[in-house]
Amino acid sequence: MSPVLRTRRDGSTRPARHRAVQPLAVLWLTLVWLAMWGEVTPLLVIGGVLVAVLVCLAFPLPPIDLASGVRPLALARLVGRFLVDVVRASFQVSGVVLRRRPVRNAVVAVDLESSSDFVMTLVASMLSLIPGSVVVEARRSTHTLYLHVLDVPDAASVEAFRRDALDLEQRVLRALPPDAPVAPHAPDAPEEVGR
Amino acid sequence: MSWTTPVDVLAAVCILLGAVLTLIAAIGQVRMPDLLSRMHAATKPQVLGTVLVVIGLSLSLRDPAVVGMLLLVVLLQMATSVVSSHMVGRASFRAGQVRDDLLVVDELSDGDAHEEPRGAP
Repeated sequence: MSPVLRTRRDGSTRPARHRAVQPLAVLWLTLVWLAMWGEVTPLLVIGGVLVAVLVCLAFPLPPIDLASGVRPLALARLVGRFLVDVVRASFQVSGVVLRRRPVRNAVVAVDLESSSDFVMTLVASMLSLIPGSVVVEARRSTHTLYLHVLDVPDAASVEAFRRDALDLEQRVLRALPPDAPVAPHAPDAPEEVGR
Repeated sequence: MSWTTPVDVLAAVCILLGAVLTLIAAIGQVRMPDLLSRMHAATKPQVLGTVLVVIGLSLSLRDPAVVGMLLLVVLLQMATSVVSSHMVGRASFRAGQVRDDLLVVDELSDGDAHEEPRGAP
């Protein structure tokens, strides 16, 4: 395998291998390893760490920069609201499947406010997991998600869905605040909380 | 009556509810009019269905080793269903396998959506 070079923001390049082994990734992969064995012994832990380091070396990924850290309270709210949404929407979709009236759909464009790829990925994944919406196209240059939404009877519900999606993005931004200059829409602005 | 009885009942309710959601997903496969609607019916009640079955299993088995494995099942199911539903949806949309008459709005095909070359990052 040829050495993978990483170009950093300031123009310098360095082999990706130097930073391929990330402590958090190793910890996570070791936990997965232990969960699959179903028991914790010293030998399994050592083996798990070895396998995790090998996996990190074989499949290097760029590190996720969470400069400002995680806000536990906002994260709990994000996850809690997400679970509620999944349960509620699951039953909605079940209702759509079982009722007689034919279903009407829409393809909705959602322009995300944040310009971070990480936020875009997270929002797209969560919207995909919430029943009733599938990401059919994602445009990285403009940070636009195109979602196919189930059961949209009129234009008003299109707007309602767009608002819901942007609210979800705001919750993500509040839970995992990006570096300050990236998000001009300050996630902790007090007037946005009540929306 | 020991404390395990209500937990067992709860586990049975969870598994039953998960199975019903899976059944509804199967019915959706037959009843929905086009591919993308079927995707909604097939993949989405499934997420909750799987979670409920897993919760029911971990409640009835009550074994930490099994719970760890079941947690992995849920996490991997969630991580992979996102990617697979996006890939199928995107491929079907690009191939034109969408019933336009069912769409209220199509903001991807309307307007300037085609200005960016397809496949661009």
